[in-house]
Amino acid sequence: MPRTLRLILRRLLSALPSVAAVVVVTFVLTRALPGDPAAYFAGPAATPQAVEEVRKRLGLDRSLPEQFLSYLGELARGEMGTSLTTGQPVRDDILARLPASLELTLAGLLLAVTVAIPLGVAAATRPGSWIDHSARVVSTAGVSLPVFFTGLLLVYVFYYLLGWAPAPMGRLDLFATTPPTVTGFLLIDSLLAGEGATFRAAAAQLALPALTLGLFSVAPLARMTRASMLGVLSSDFVRTARASGLSRSTVLVTYALRNALLPVVTTLGMVFSFLLGANVLVEKVFSWPGIGSYAIEALVASDYAPVQGFILTMAVMYVGLNLLVDVLYGIIDPRVRIEA
Amino acid sequence: MTATLRHIRYVLAENPVTGVAFGGFLLILLLALAGPALAPYDPLASDTAAALQPPSWAHWFGTDHLGRDILSRVMVATRLDVQISLAAVALSFAFGSVAGVCAGWFGGTVERVLSRLVDTIMAFPLFVLAMGVVAALGNTVGNIVVATAIINFPFYVRMARAETNARREAGFIEAARLGGNGDARILGFHLFPNILPPMMVQVSLNMGYAILNAAGLSFIGLGVRPPTPEWGIMVAEGASYIVSGEWWVALFPGTVLMLAVFCFNLLGDGLRDIIDPRRRT
Repeated sequence: MPRTLRLILRRLLSALPSVAAVVVVTFVLTRALPGDPAAYFAGPAATPQAVEEVRKRLGLDRSLPEQFLSYLGELARGEMGTSLTTGQPVRDDILARLPASLELTLAGLLLAVTVAIPLGVAAATRPGSWIDHSARVVSTAGVSLPVFFTGLLLVYVFYYLLGWAPAPMGRLDLFATTPPTVTGFLLIDSLLAGEGATFRAAAAQLALPALTLGLFSVAPLARMTRASMLGVLSSDFVRTARASGLSRSTVLVTYALRNALLPVVTTLGMVFSFLLGANVLVEKVFSWPGIGSYAIEALVASDYAPVQGFILTMAVMYVGLNLLVDVLYGIIDPRVRIEA
Repeated sequence: MTATLRHIRYVLAENPVTGVAFGGFLLILLLALAGPALAPYDPLASDTAAALQPPSWAHWFGTDHLGRDILSRVMVATRLDVQISLAAVALSFAFGSVAGVCAGWFGGTVERVLSRLVDTIMAFPLFVLAMGVVAALGNTVGNIVVATAIINFPFYVRMARAETNARREAGFIEAARLGGNGDARILGFHLFPNILPPMMVQVSLNMGYAILNAAGLSFIGLGVRPPTPEWGIMVAEGASYIVSGEWWVALFPGTVLMLAVFCFNLLGDGLRDIIDPRRRT
């Protein structure tokens, strides 16, 4: 076990450069590029004097390295500035909205994994069959689908035509009571509070956006599962397992799938990148009160502190997710542990 | 040459989808070149008396909330969308392949610096980084191109580096060196033409992604401003009418966008089959 622990520590250390890069880029994006933040903060009607004052107050009259140091200091204290549109500290806004985004992303990912892996396995075990062909069409179509468009199509079919889904307006409809916040995930909070009606309402609101995100990420995962299963199924140890008379399901699941999952886990990193980006678009379509729609509102209003906070949060989340995948990989695959 | 043609014909016969994709590509090209001339109506002319009309013989794709003809807008939008993605892909191809070839060829510090740069870009969820770049540089169409180019850059660097590495010790490179060619000449005239085919596959696959990315950015209100016709912004305009049942406003631009991306992706797969039969999946 200490070996696993050491591996985890090593991975944590290896993520540090990424985090540093993210912090530097976020700083550069908001401070060092053309465009005058002071003018934005002072507003369009401000006199040159007022702009100068704002510049001083924001510390923008100092040199870039100085600004960077004070930026680091603020970050270390968890400060990300104040949003002009909401008047709240960006940190509070983001913390309040983050669970909504996380709940949506995780639900979409879970949905994608539960569909993609069986689909990929089925396609790989019967290459050339209709299921293989349809899996291929689905996965090529999946990467071509603009998420905002699939979202709208689902709304049209399931809300307008069939009336199965509630209106695409946020996480809960007006009639449901919000459960007391414990985790911020409405599904879990409502279960903890024992409110079945709220749980159903929240699940109904979550279904379509999660399905949209899921559809989008099924494609790369199914494709990878299929390719890697095909490789593993033709390997010697699977042949041996078959020849030894093991049952079909044992060969498929215990022998083949466990080995085939490793490259799939690696693909997850790429899928996260797409998923977090797609999240922004899906939040806009479904008026989901997450950090994506928060950033869009801020972007449209040229309110930069929230955008900066949003990019930083997303990037740190992405680095964190990749780290998790790495650690998971080390735990699943004993070979990685030995190398480490 | 005849062998190549025969192979292309074989691939097309084996996979008719590639042929369809190629046809779609020609259609997109035609619309991009002649869209404004072919469009039946002025894409900006509003006619409030005929607002939100469902598809009919006069307006095949219906009309939007200002009574503008959606078919004409979709056709005219093709040029802008193709321009944005083509410019973005060209930028990332140019910078990415030069950087990647240099990294693969010279190794050492050059490679370390470049891979640091690539890792930095890849440390962000790409769409989010694009949002940040557009926010920082300013909300214009040109900056959408720059942002899309930046997020695609890593793929070209990685590919060019890998392909260069694989050929560094190849016989024809040795021969070129023995023939007295300098680094620049070897890279430009011997190595680059050799890695071009796999890079072109990447370009084709990337075109689809670039269109999606640009449309996504304009969907959230970045870059292209109304009333300019552009697929992403048209879907955004139609989004509010979906809940009241006016499906055609968002459906047609969205479908065309999807078909364009689909077409580039299939074309990329088909090109890969033509160039390298071993990679066929």
